[in-house]
Amino acid sequence: MPQAPQAAQTMIGTANPTAIMFFVAFVISTLLITWWAAKRTRTTKDFYAAGRSVTGFQNGLALAGDYMSAASFLGIAGLVSTKGYDGLIYSVGWLVGWPIVMFLISEPLRNLGKYTFADVVSYRLNQRPIRAAAATGSLVVVITYLIAQMVGAGTLIKLMFGLPFEVAIVITGSLMIAYVLFGGMIATTWVQIIKAVLLLGGATLLVILTLSKFGFSYGNLFHQAENLYTNKFLEPGGLVTSPVDAFSLGLALMFGTAGLPHILMRFFTVPDAKEARKSVFYATGFIGYFYILTVTIGFGAAVLVGQKIIMGIDKGGNMAGPLLAEALGGNLFLGFLSAVAFATILAVVSGLTLAGASAFSHDLFVGVVRRGQASEKDEVKVAKIATVGLGITAILLGILFKGQNVAFLVGLTFAIAASANFPALVMSIMWKKFTTAGAVSSIYAGLTVATVLLILSPTVWVDIVHKSEKAAVEKAVTDIETASKTKIADLEKQKVAGLEAMKMAEIDASISAEKAASEPLIKAEKAKMPQPIFPLKNPGIYSMAAAFLIGILVSLIAPDKVAESKYDAQKLREYVGIGAED
Amino acid sequence: MSAKKTAHELLEDPDFRDLSSQKNVVSIILTILELVLYFGFIALIAFNKPFLAQKLSEGSATSIGIPIAVGTIIGSWVLTGIYIQWANSKYDKLVDKVKNKFQ
Repeated sequence: MPQAPQAAQTMIGTANPTAIMFFVAFVISTLLITWWAAKRTRTTKDFYAAGRSVTGFQNGLALAGDYMSAASFLGIAGLVSTKGYDGLIYSVGWLVGWPIVMFLISEPLRNLGKYTFADVVSYRLNQRPIRAAAATGSLVVVITYLIAQMVGAGTLIKLMFGLPFEVAIVITGSLMIAYVLFGGMIATTWVQIIKAVLLLGGATLLVILTLSKFGFSYGNLFHQAENLYTNKFLEPGGLVTSPVDAFSLGLALMFGTAGLPHILMRFFTVPDAKEARKSVFYATGFIGYFYILTVTIGFGAAVLVGQKIIMGIDKGGNMAGPLLAEALGGNLFLGFLSAVAFATILAVVSGLTLAGASAFSHDLFVGVVRRGQASEKDEVKVAKIATVGLGITAILLGILFKGQNVAFLVGLTFAIAASANFPALVMSIMWKKFTTAGAVSSIYAGLTVATVLLILSPTVWVDIVHKSEKAAVEKAVTDIETASKTKIADLEKQKVAGLEAMKMAEIDASISAEKAASEPLIKAEKAKMPQPIFPLKNPGIYSMAAAFLIGILVSLIAPDKVAESKYDAQKLREYVGIGAED
Repeated sequence: MSAKKTAHELLEDPDFRDLSSQKNVVSIILTILELVLYFGFIALIAFNKPFLAQKLSEGSATSIGIPIAVGTIIGSWVLTGIYIQWANSKYDKLVDKVKNKFQ
């Protein structure tokens, strides 16, 4: 029976030559692809949409690649290894948005749009205000997600390769700019596909090696996990305490997926709606399979590596996967997996940068500044300038946010995507009476409500804004508890064998008195704990409701007969694809 | 073969009406099923933790919660498969039919 080892020698955190070798091989091959793609990137259709030449299967892999970030690979394995079943709950939430993307979004998006989701929202509405609002929503999502990815990248690469944080960020940022700038969507798609295959392959191998230690039986794996960490490890624990909070987070995850600009953008790279639909089927399969692998890796790491060692290296458990790889496949496998994680980060930030650049050039520059009148040459030029600008911004913000707790940014990204982008998109597709004013107010309302509520929520208001007060209260409580425990321990020591009953009872009374005395003190301290102004950790339920309600009310108050009259033509194109962009 | 129709006439065409209403019904039913699947799972966690904590069988360490969570993932994928199945066998044929009527 495999035992959790008490101490392990690990190469993690040192400059690992195998990892560097694998990573250099990845960089060289992707740069070659970028060079090849650069020769094929001439028009806006090539730059934004890979010439619409991507097949459903390829796009499925690319979508999965966009979604399977290093944070989800390392983070979910880490969460499962430290929290058990709760990590599994979390991973389910990340998958369930995909069917929604398929049923409500993918085909209309492909049929109605050209390069960005703003094309769809503005299809029969006034171009300029809609494009300005939609681009704002996209750019806020892209930038917050980029910061989270960049800071994560710096930290992870430092942990895995021993590279300084700033160096890691500059390497990531420069490669990302190179892929997008020269190779546009063609290069970004292929980088994503290669990375998805490497990640799925690496995780599959790691799971096979793990299960081989348990006679290929999940039952045995869970038995050992139960032996080490009790049955609590295999049951829902403290992650879901408030049903409303759980519901709110679930909504944001589910509909946020359907509002992420770098995901939506991929539906313009396939030739038609049929391929768009197919690509979601493949993507959902790959992502679901990947989460099942990741959860297995988490449980495997908890048993085969042990929580003590995992949390000793990184408190959040992020190194659970790499540590397990090292334990089972030695330095070679660790090196491979570290390189794959680095490649994953690179691919995801490239997709985000391209989405941001297209919002900037296609929506803001062409749609708003030039009122739809710009040559392809100018548009590609602006997109390339935006790529460099976004890349440099991402590098600078990544360095600026070094050491900050950026986990809340991922929550914010999904809340904004679900509230600012998704409602406007779905109403423009489905609702005849939707107006320009309704769409614009819905987008800004979703954006504002999500951002403000998240700032006032426990995640930011207590954990970040009032960090020092919270820490002071926690310290005071621990101090009182320690002092009280020391006193009780001293009293316990007086209980020696052979002591008369009366003396014994006296000591017990003192112990109870001490316990009783410390309780109100602790309570008083806890009362000083900073309180959030908004009680939920995720604002999704309110911000989504606000976006839908405001969009509906504003549209009903001031109807737009012109937009209404164009709905029929939109329907024909939406369902049948007549007139859809080639 | 019926005569070719303009965009405006096509909107009134029974085949087009059939196509758009079928697509709406299928999309909405599947969306509701997905919502029920996921939020049902969340509701179990929120309101009935002991149920999820039960062991699959006597002597097994695996709790019922594990196959239910994995089932939610697989179920979501199966729903996308059902949609594909419907779209490939029914929807695409209707789309072709309507497209052929277009001038």
